[in-house]
Order: sequence, then C-alpha cells, then structure tokens
Amino acid sequence: MIQYIIKRLLQGIILLIIISGALFWLMMNVGDPLATMGGRTVTRPADKERLTRQLGLDKPIWLQYLYWLVGNDWTKVDPDGDGIRDKSGTRLGVLRGDFGTSLVARKPVTELIGERISNTLILMVASEAVTIFFALILGIYSALRQYSVSDNILTAVLFILYSMPIFFISLMSMYLFAVLFKKWGLPYLPTVGMFDPQVGKTPTQVLWHMVLPVMSLSVIYFAAYSRYIRGTMLEVLSQDYIRTARSKGLPRRQVVYVHALKNAALPIVTVIGLDLPFLLGGAVVTERIFAWPGMGRLFLDHLSRADISVVMGILMLVATAVVVFQIITDVFYAWLDPRIRYS
Amino acid sequence: MTAQTSSLPQLVDDLSTPPLSLSRLVWLRFRRHKMAVFGGILLILLVLYSFGGAFVYTEKYANFNDTSQRLLPPSLEHPFGTDSIGRDILARTIYGGQISLFIGLVAVLIETILGIIVGALAGYYGGWVDAILMRITEALLNIPTIFLLLVMAKFFGGKIPEIEFAGRSFSGSVVVIVVIIGITSWMYLARIVRAEFLSLKEREFILAARATGTSNIEIIFLHILPNTIAPIIVSSTLSVANAILAEAYISFLGLGVQEPTATWGNMLDKSAKYLDSAPWLWFFPGMLILLTTLGINFVGDGLRDALDPRSRTV
Repeated sequence: MIQYIIKRLLQGIILLIIISGALFWLMMNVGDPLATMGGRTVTRPADKERLTRQLGLDKPIWLQYLYWLVGNDWTKVDPDGDGIRDKSGTRLGVLRGDFGTSLVARKPVTELIGERISNTLILMVASEAVTIFFALILGIYSALRQYSVSDNILTAVLFILYSMPIFFISLMSMYLFAVLFKKWGLPYLPTVGMFDPQVGKTPTQVLWHMVLPVMSLSVIYFAAYSRYIRGTMLEVLSQDYIRTARSKGLPRRQVVYVHALKNAALPIVTVIGLDLPFLLGGAVVTERIFAWPGMGRLFLDHLSRADISVVMGILMLVATAVVVFQIITDVFYAWLDPRIRYS
Repeated sequence: MTAQTSSLPQLVDDLSTPPLSLSRLVWLRFRRHKMAVFGGILLILLVLYSFGGAFVYTEKYANFNDTSQRLLPPSLEHPFGTDSIGRDILARTIYGGQISLFIGLVAVLIETILGIIVGALAGYYGGWVDAILMRITEALLNIPTIFLLLVMAKFFGGKIPEIEFAGRSFSGSVVVIVVIIGITSWMYLARIVRAEFLSLKEREFILAARATGTSNIEIIFLHILPNTIAPIIVSSTLSVANAILAEAYISFLGLGVQEPTATWGNMLDKSAKYLDSAPWLWFFPGMLILLTTLGINFVGDGLRDALDPRSRTV
C-alpha cells in the first residue's frame, strides 16, 4: 500500500510538471503584462525596456520557466534593469514554495491566494455538504419508489436542474429572493459581496450572504448527484444479499440504511472525492455573479492583466488538488472495500 | 435443389415478425421514451426558431441600436424588450441562437474527431503510443475545463480577424470559441473509445482481418470503429449541451464571442447589472440556453437507452 501511494505520488509530480510547462508556455503568450502595469499612464519605451530586463521577461521562455520552477538564486540576474547581470537572484521557485510576486498587486502570490482561498473553501464546502445531504435523501427516496409518480416527477425536475446553466439559476434566485422579496416586503437576501460593509465581517453576515451562492451551486451539483445515488441504490437493492436480508425478516429500515447504503456508498464516495477539487471551477462563475471575493475572481482579474505568476499559482493549486484528491480517493476506496488490493 | 433455394424468400416472409434493422430498432425504442421525444420536438422547435426567425427579422435589425429605445420592457413592438443600447432582444436571440447552435455542433464535431483519433490510436496500438496519449489526456483532465477555456480564450483572443461568410460577417472570436471548446473537451470520449478498442481488438473478427492482410488503418476505421458507434453517438449528443454551456460560460465572463455578433451567452454578459431593473435582458437568452440543454439531455438519455446493446426488446 505504502509503495502504491509513493508510486502514485511520483506519477502525480511528473504529471504536474508537464502540466505546469504547458500552462506556462500558454500564459507567456496571453498578453503583455507590462501593458497595464502603469495604470492609465503610458509607459515610455525606455522604461518598458528596463522593466522587461528587471522582470526577466527578455529571457527565453524555457529559462523563465526554469526560474519559476526552481528559482534563480543560483545565478546572476539584473534587478536594476541596466542590462548588466550583477546580483544573484532572490526567487526560490515553486518547488521550494515560492510562487513569485504578482505584477499587479506587488504582493507575493502565496499571500494573495492565501487571503482568498478560505473564502472560496467556505463556499465550496458548504455547497458540497448541502448537495450531499439533499442528494442522499432524495436519491434514496426515489430509488425506493422506482417508477412511482413522485419518482417520475422528481426525475423530470432533476433533469431541468441538471440542464440549468449556473448563471441562469443564480440570476433567477437573486431576482426572486432579493428583488421580488424586497418588493413584496418580505425579508430578502443580499445578492453581492461577503458582508455588509456597514456591519462588518461577522459570522452571521457571512452566513447570510452565503445563502444564495451556496443554493445556486448546490442545485446544479445536487441534480447530478441524486440521479447517481438513485442509480447506485437501485443496483444494490436488486442484489441477492438484500433479498436474503429481507427474507430473514430484518426491518426494512435496517436493510435499506445499513445493508444497502453501506455498499452503495462506495461509488458515491469515489464520485464525491474526484469531484471536490472541480468545485473550484464552478466557483469561477458563481463568484463573479455574486461578487464573492474568492479565488475564482482573483483568477479572472489577474488573467485579464496577464499576471502570469498569480494565474499559474491558482492553476497549479487546482491541478495539485485534483492529483491529491485522486490518490486520497483511491486509498480511501481500498480502505472501505477490503476486496480491493493495490499492488 | 432448385426447389429449396426458391423456398428461401418465402421462409423469411413466413416469420411472424420481420427482422428489424438496427436503426429501425433504435427508432422504435427511442419513440417509446416520452421524455426523449419531447426533447427532440423541443430541439426542432428551437432550430426553427433560430433559423426560421431569420425570415422575419433581418440581421441588420438585430444589430440596429437606438439609444432612445434602450431598456424597454417587453411590448408588442419588442416582444422580448430591448437591451442596454436599444437593440431588439427577440431578433438578437434568433441570430444568437444560430451562433450558439453552430458553436455547439461544430465544437462537438472537432471534439468527436479528436476523441476518436486519440482513443482509437491509444486503444489499438497500446504500448508507448497509449502511454503518451493517455498522459496527455490525464494532464488535460487535471484542470477544471473552465480554467483551461479561459486561458485558451485569452491565448487565441483577437488573433483571428472578422470572417465573411454567406454574405454575413462574423466576429473571429466565433472560430476561436469553437476551436477551444473542441480541443478542451475530447478527453472523456477518448477514454470511452479507448476502452471499446481495448476489448474489440482481441476479438476473432479482428484476428481474421489481420490474417487476410488488412491494413491497420482499415482495421481501425472500417472494422473496429463501426462497432463503437453507439457510445460515441450518446457521448457526442450530450456533449453538444456541454459545448453550448461552455460558450455561454466564457461569453458570460466576457472572454467569449465579441459584439456585435450575438450569442445567447454574450447577451447574458453584463445583463447581471440590470438584474432588478431589466430582468428581460437575461431571462430570455437564459431560458433559451436552458431549453436547448434540456432538449439535448433528454434526447441523449433516450439514445442511451435505445442504443443499449444489453436491452434488445422493442
């Protein structure tokens, strides 16, 4: 098992290095990071040349990538931009935990992402929890009443939700729960931001502002999950050992929630584990609509200004999360199901 | 001897049910799937809406702006209202629908071709070809598609000039969006095709084809590929919905198809600003996207059941 984990980790690291190389090359071609550096004032050509040298943008891409990956403290660089490489570099490189400095915010990337990641995680974890909770209830419910009227209605509704673009459900829920509720004199929900600046960032404020984005995110994933849970439960419920459990007179509840759910949980856990890091992708659109100060918005803001180090930092963080969650899911799966042996 | 052969056609006629061709069988089973038929009708109506509507409104009218007519609510003159610079939303959803549907279909065509080639080569040849192709597939699967799409949209953005086609000009960004959706979505299909190839290449009829000296290309495309067509059709159908959604997402984030070419996605962009004052701005294009994806998902689901080789009942 340990050997298996080490092997997977090594494969993961190689994969991540390949991904980072490809993304770095793409990012080097998305635009000129210097174009927006001076704000509204036009940068003079001489300054631009000096900045290019200072930031090391005159180097070939492979060398810049190498600096990004392993740092440049082992070589001479040109920090004052006079064309002479006189001082040794200060960057440590991604492999030593230094993701560089944002050209736009003039702050270390790790600090920028660190400020935002918790906001995104709150949103993700809450919506995943809501999703799983309701998907389990409805998935099991409709599996137990297969082809009944309520199952058919539920299937149709879930299909509609499943086809729903996330921005459409967000806009509709904002319109209903904020605009119309306000018009009708009902207590209405806030639509943008994380807290009311006049009240401050209190837990109740954040919770209150979370309701709509979490609801929109959950509804989308919920539809796919409950269909999946329904399918898995149906498969397990038709197996021989369930019939045996029933025929020896066990109560229905025990058969469903202990015997069946335990085995149906295996594929469900896998899907959840593999999906978790991909929630970060859904957060991009949601955060933009609800003006949530998370990583998705950080990504959009800095991509539009070609701020390579921030964009690369976020992309690599997400890619690493995907790799790590794949390994965790596999290990967890083997632990849950003793029939599985990795070698 | 002659009596025997002449009695053969008669024997076929005597069968109580004539043998069904695969397409007939699939159609019969698809027809029973009420939701799939509903989805199919929905899609036909949407195609009629976007392409038939072009006979009612001209493209010039769809792009005609009159700022004195801005943000008007739905009325008889403008059934869906007008947008922030006074363009008729109904006419724009018609022309936007053409582009959105076009993007969905062509992107899936690219996706399907790429998916089949990668999956077929990896599954058929195995070894290092498989290893390299599958590592690329994994690498692409490792980043949520929306991030990839945004980076690629920025990468290709503005590099393709306007295109003149059939007397109309299209923003070059349409081509960019089609290509980037195509090249970021083939991975699942490639895995499906690879799995099918892995099991099919061990079968006797492939051995027979090899023994008669059939070339690899012929075996791949004429002998194995036709047998994998069912999962490819299902996966590609469902992908059209994802491609339309992907276009809507990137356009919604402002990196997609650029004005004045309308798509359902870029009509939604910036409409969030008018959330309370002009809900018709986002409601109609959003609803059309929802109906399209819903119709495609219903049809895909019906096709999955109808093409399932494990259930051969009519």
